[in-house]
Amino acid sequence: MSIPTPSPAIEDLLRQLAPQVISIMTRRHGQFDAAEDAVQEALLAATRQWPDEGIPENPRGWLITVAERRLADFWRSEQARRRRETTVTILDPEAESMSPDPGDDRPQDRDDTLTLLFLCCHPALTPASQIALTLRAVGGLTTGEIARAFFVPESTMGQRISRAKQRIRATDATFSMPPAAERPERLKTVLHVLYLIFNEGYTTTSGPDLLQTGLTSEAIRLTRLLHQLLPDHGEITGLLALMLLTDARRPARTGPDGSLIPLAEQDRTLWRHDLIEEGVALIEHALTNAALGPYQLQAAIAAIHDEAPAADQTDWPQIVALYRLHDAIAPNPMATLNHAVAVAMVNGPQAGLVMLQGIEQDDRLREHHRLESVRAHLLEMAGETTAARETYLLAARHTTSLPEQRYLLKRANQLR
Amino acid sequence: MKYMIMIHGNRQLWESFSPEEFAKVVEAHDAFNREIRESGEYVSGAGLAFEDEAKTVRVQDGTTIVTDGPYLEAKEYLGSYTVIDVESLDRAVELAAKLPSATMNGIIVWPLMEETGQEM
Repeated sequence: MSIPTPSPAIEDLLRQLAPQVISIMTRRHGQFDAAEDAVQEALLAATRQWPDEGIPENPRGWLITVAERRLADFWRSEQARRRRETTVTILDPEAESMSPDPGDDRPQDRDDTLTLLFLCCHPALTPASQIALTLRAVGGLTTGEIARAFFVPESTMGQRISRAKQRIRATDATFSMPPAAERPERLKTVLHVLYLIFNEGYTTTSGPDLLQTGLTSEAIRLTRLLHQLLPDHGEITGLLALMLLTDARRPARTGPDGSLIPLAEQDRTLWRHDLIEEGVALIEHALTNAALGPYQLQAAIAAIHDEAPAADQTDWPQIVALYRLHDAIAPNPMATLNHAVAVAMVNGPQAGLVMLQGIEQDDRLREHHRLESVRAHLLEMAGETTAARETYLLAARHTTSLPEQRYLLKRANQLR
Repeated sequence: MKYMIMIHGNRQLWESFSPEEFAKVVEAHDAFNREIRESGEYVSGAGLAFEDEAKTVRVQDGTTIVTDGPYLEAKEYLGSYTVIDVESLDRAVELAAKLPSATMNGIIVWPLMEETGQEM
C-alpha cells in the first residue's frame, strides 16, 4: 500500500483545522462521538489526496464536506431513532445560525477549541483516556500515531478512544463551555492532561526518537494554543514556560546509550538557549501579572536552573524560597522531595535528611523509590557511604523505570 | 502502568479438568479477553505450549547445548501470559481476580519495566 506522505505544511494545516472542524460538526449535529469519527476519516482522506491534488482553495470547507458525507453514510446505517435526533438538531434555527459558511474566519473557533479541550478532558474519563482523546480530537493525531507513542496496539488505542467517547455521551455532556463555577477545576484537569502528555514524551529514553519528540512538541503546541486563547491565565503561561524550560535541557539529559545524566552533570552548552529565553520571558511576565500557582513556581525554579552557567553557580537559596511558596499553596510530597534537595544544597545534607523524615509517613510516598533515591543522594553528600549504597540499592529495587534503575545501580556501584 | 498477568500450572492440573470444567475455564478466559480488549487495556498475550515443547539453551565453551524442557525441577510452569496497560495496580488485581486460576493456584501480577525515567 502506498500512501503519499503529506508534506509538513499539509500536516500542520490539517492538525490546526482538526479541532475547528470537529467543533463545527459537533455543534451542527450534537453528537461528538460520531462527528469526531467522521472528521478523522476526512483528515485521512485529505492526507491521501492533498499531496497529489494540491491543497484545496478552501481546506476547511473541503474537510467539512467530506466529514458531512461520512456522517451521512454513518447515519444511513444507523437506526431511525438517531436520524430523528439529527433532524431536530439540523432544523434548530439557533444551531444552524451557529454554523456559518465553511471557510469563514470565525472568531468562535477560539471558544470552540477551548470547549473541545474541556470535553476531551472530561472528569468522567481516566487520565489515559483524556490523553488519548485530546491527542486525537484536538491534536489531530491518528489513532496509530497515539498507539505507537504509548507502546500499545492500535486496536487497543482505538478501543480506548471509542470507550471514552461513549462515556462522554453517557454523561450527557453537551458541546458547550462548562458553567463558570466549574471552569477553574476543569481547566486544572486540562492543564494536567497537557502536562502528562509532555512528561510521557520527555521522560521516554528509548524508542523512535522522533516519536517522543513528537509527543513533547505536541504538548507544547497545544499548550501554546491554550495560551493564545487565554493569554492572561497565569497557570497556563506557567505550564507553557515549564515545558519550554524543561525541554531546553533535553539534548543534554541522556547519554548516547540512553542513560540518564543528572542535572548537575549535564553539558550545559547543549541546552537550547532559544527555548530558555522564551520560557524565562513567559514566566517573568506571568509572575508579575497573574495569580500565583504551582506551575508558575515550578517554571520559576526551572528558569533558575537553566540560567545558572554551571551547576555550582545555581541560586539555591532562591530555589528554597520558591519551594517554600510551593509547599504553602500546593503541598505535594514530590515537590517536598525536591525542596529537601534544595535545602541540603543551602544548609547541608543533614538539614535535607531531617526534612525527609517529615514526609516518610505520607501514603503517596510509601515504598516510593524516589524518596529512597533522594535519601541516598543526601547520605552520599553527608559522606555516609555504606548507608548511601544500601539506600541506592533499595531505591533500585522499587523502581519500575529501567533507565532510573540503571542509574541507581550505577550510583550504588560507584560507592563500593 | 503495564503489568504481565501470568498463569502458572502443570500438566497434572491442566489435564485434571472435566469437559464441563474445561468449558467453563475457556468461557471465563474468553470473557476476560473480551473485557480487556473492549476497555482498551489489552497489550499482548499468548498461551504457552506444554513444557515438552520447550527447550533450554546454554552455551558452554562456545558450544550451544539444547536440552528438552524448561528450567530444571520446576513443579509449575508458565501456562499463559497477558500484558495489560491499566490505570493502577488495583485495576490489574481486579482483572486478575476474574480468571479461573485465581481460585486454583493463584495468578501472578508483575509490573513491566518502563523505558521512561527522570533525571535525579
